[in-house]
Amino acid sequence: MLEHIELFFKSIFIDNMVFATFLGMCSYLAVSKKVTTAVGLGAAVIFVLAVTVPLNWLLDHYLLADGALSWLGPEYADYNLSFLSFILFIATIATMVQLVEIVVEKFSPALYNSLGIFLPLIAVNCAILGGSLFMQSRDIQTFGLAFNYGLASGIGWFLAILTIAAIREKIRYSNVPPPLRGLGITFIITGLMAIGFMSFGGMLTGGEETEEAVEQTTAGDKTIDESRPTAAETKELKKEELEKQEVSYNDALNQ
Amino acid sequence: MALLSKKDTSLILDPLTDNNPITIQVLGICSALAITAELKASIVMAISVLFVLGVGNVVISLMRNIIPSKIRIIVQLIVVAALVIIVDQVLKAFAYELSKTLSVFVGLIITNCIIMGRFEAFALGNGPWKSFLDGIGNAAGYGVILVIVGFFRELLGSGTLMGYKVLGDPIAKTGLYSIGYENNGFMLLSPMALIVVGIIIWVQRSRNRALIEEN
Repeated sequence: MLEHIELFFKSIFIDNMVFATFLGMCSYLAVSKKVTTAVGLGAAVIFVLAVTVPLNWLLDHYLLADGALSWLGPEYADYNLSFLSFILFIATIATMVQLVEIVVEKFSPALYNSLGIFLPLIAVNCAILGGSLFMQSRDIQTFGLAFNYGLASGIGWFLAILTIAAIREKIRYSNVPPPLRGLGITFIITGLMAIGFMSFGGMLTGGEETEEAVEQTTAGDKTIDESRPTAAETKELKKEELEKQEVSYNDALNQ
Repeated sequence: MALLSKKDTSLILDPLTDNNPITIQVLGICSALAITAELKASIVMAISVLFVLGVGNVVISLMRNIIPSKIRIIVQLIVVAALVIIVDQVLKAFAYELSKTLSVFVGLIITNCIIMGRFEAFALGNGPWKSFLDGIGNAAGYGVILVIVGFFRELLGSGTLMGYKVLGDPIAKTGLYSIGYENNGFMLLSPMALIVVGIIIWVQRSRNRALIEEN
């Protein structure tokens, strides 16, 4: 049970797909202009990862890995088909995505309308294939853990795209230097967020390293805490200004 | 007759600057960021993508009239996956250490958006020779950014280039280190790759104002 919880939080925060390994960056940058579309894509990624990672785990464990074919009989025990894993994993993913699209379209048109346009995008999202490849290279042991890993990685990706979409909606009102507008500032913000997420690395370390890690975490938290109130404050200030203007305008009318 | 007409030349040269796949089209970011802590890995990655995109574009272009459009994504993925398996096996055979450094990112060339993007946008509608040039050009544009990022990250992060100590020895305090220079280990961490690419975009767009976005 404990290893499930550990893997879950590790995959969301420490090994976050976007901030630690840069997976799925293309769609992360392209679809993060609005929060609503970002939520749609994020939900689709969670769903597809939670389905394909366990499926590919089964493939890996009973077909591809060194000696995986031994269930067929002792004479098959020497086969190692792992060089085929790229082509099988991507075929599984593409088929699953197509299948999910057909099923969802048939049974839930409402969900299809909100999720449907993102599904073809997802077949070529590096986060999905990356999830399966990391599952293979990190040697995840059981089917349950594979499902857990897929789900948690998806949630991590969802969190990342949700945050950046929210920031990008707000940053439209800031005075960014013209050459940095759009893509450039998004890169730099993502970099800063990744530095912030590095502080989660202290969560799972034990023993002597704990002290240092705690320090890092608090430092990270501080910067976040400091930045939030200022944003809220400026907003309030703006509101007050607006209200003042309105009052004076009304006053002027009444007079 | 010239080997390359004017249009053909622009197919190769445009992606290097004003239509760069990474900084303008926003394609293929994932691998560009993850493996650029060393110059050597960046160069190998760039060459792998050059091979896959050049050959893949020709194959897709030759098959463009017989692929049913409904299942074209699966067909494209299978073609790329086959090419990437070749690259992966070659790397494992001749540069095992490097293939360990690149780990899953060789496999992730399959889902590198540059490749699918160029297949969809170019190879499906043009002949093999043009598609080949387009593939080479875009892969080169991708490679240029990779090499620039790799160069700065390795130079500033560990003071070496391709493994050679160009700034002197940090332990024996020779070269630049004798006057108190220190390596910036932060450059080797993953977030700095994002910031370096951000700065490249900044420089490029302030040199060419036509590329600036609205917000």
